[in-house]
Amino acid sequence: MVAIVDYGVGNLFSLVSSFKAIGVPAVVTRDESEIEKADKIVLPGVGAFGDAIKKLRSTGLDKVIVEQVEKGKELLGICLGMQMLFDKSYEYGEYEGLGLIKGNIKPIANVIEENLKIPHIGWNSLKFTVNKSKIFKYLNEGDFVYFVHSFYGADCTESVIATTDYGATLTAAVGKNNVYGCQFHPEKSGEVGLNILRAFCED
Amino acid sequence: MITKRIIPCLDVRNGKVVKGKNFEGIKDISSPIEFAKYYSDNGADELVFYDITASAENRVIFTDILKEVASTIFIPLTVGGGINTLDDFDRVLKCGADKVSVNSGAIKNPDLIYEAAKRYGDQCVVISADVKRVDGVFRVFSKGGRENTGLEAVSWIKRCVDNGAGEVVLNSIDTDGVKTGFDLEMLSAVCDAINVPVIASGGAGKMQDFVTLFKTLPKVDAGLAASIFHYKEVEIKDLKQLLNRNGISVRI
Repeated sequence: MVAIVDYGVGNLFSLVSSFKAIGVPAVVTRDESEIEKADKIVLPGVGAFGDAIKKLRSTGLDKVIVEQVEKGKELLGICLGMQMLFDKSYEYGEYEGLGLIKGNIKPIANVIEENLKIPHIGWNSLKFTVNKSKIFKYLNEGDFVYFVHSFYGADCTESVIATTDYGATLTAAVGKNNVYGCQFHPEKSGEVGLNILRAFCED
Repeated sequence: MITKRIIPCLDVRNGKVVKGKNFEGIKDISSPIEFAKYYSDNGADELVFYDITASAENRVIFTDILKEVASTIFIPLTVGGGINTLDDFDRVLKCGADKVSVNSGAIKNPDLIYEAAKRYGDQCVVISADVKRVDGVFRVFSKGGRENTGLEAVSWIKRCVDNGAGEVVLNSIDTDGVKTGFDLEMLSAVCDAINVPVIASGGAGKMQDFVTLFKTLPKVDAGLAASIFHYKEVEIKDLKQLLNRNGISVRI
């Protein structure tokens, strides 16, 4: 059973459908005991960092997630959910994240070429770093995934498991021990995305 | 590098996909769910669903279809048609839409884009503009292309982007359904004025039209079409191979 953490942010319809499509039971929940019982945890999210982390903290689930990760449970953060795993975000202010991935969330405007559009929207290809992560088990180098973001994971070299090129090398996914994060949307990335969720759900 | 997107558009009326010419003489084709599955399996990068029904009863049919499509297709879905309020945004987002396209609703209530972008994020709000030349000026039309609003198109679109629209669909009424190629002049004028993704719509008649579009206007991010895909005059897989051979980056 996968627990999709519900803290009132974002649209979970496609994520729920994705797990259904790969035949993995998933539940959308804000119930502490349900998250504790689950085999895996998914932290979704869209919107602004400050607002989302505030909502997550107000549910108290931030502590539950960190506790479960410390006990060894696997966690996957998606899009803003990935960003919240980091130490800090500089999206319209300065906010503390969950601190599960060492690094900071910064505007892509700082690093990409000036003539490129922001947000980075659309299909872009993945480049794996040296060791292919568990969650990319069924993927090939260069597979395309769907991105929508204006901020990216910086200062996180040791945790980067895939990058993408958008006028600069941007963090596409991170992984450290039992914590994973995708900047792109696996639930919107066709068969490639479903294969990432499939691999994540395997032990 | 980010790829150019190919987007089939499904105009849905009373539960069926339809396609007209210059927005008139609409004809039924077939099931939106079959279309969506076919396109998703055959290389479409995204789907646009347009609800062109008027009655509340048929709106329920539309949202049921949307739910079914969204639970079987795992590529981005944009939904438009009859989006006038934040409740309309809410309604289609809950059915699995990723982006919501606003057209007449933004003309009637210019604050709608600002309010929606604030609540759901810029990436969620698409301004769709139906534009036609009137005495040499690009004018925005509403009500499915029937009514001249008098608004000058480029400044109107720019205003929408300034208010938070994260993407623009530019439908040229002049080239819609005519199949002689995209409206490069109109697209160029809009691309020069804004810095968010622009989706070209109206006029695609053959594969070469997409090559010309992306070669002539590298700032255009996506090409949208309906009838040429629906009638299988162009297969998206073949189109992408051709674009690739022409040095245009696409997802294959």
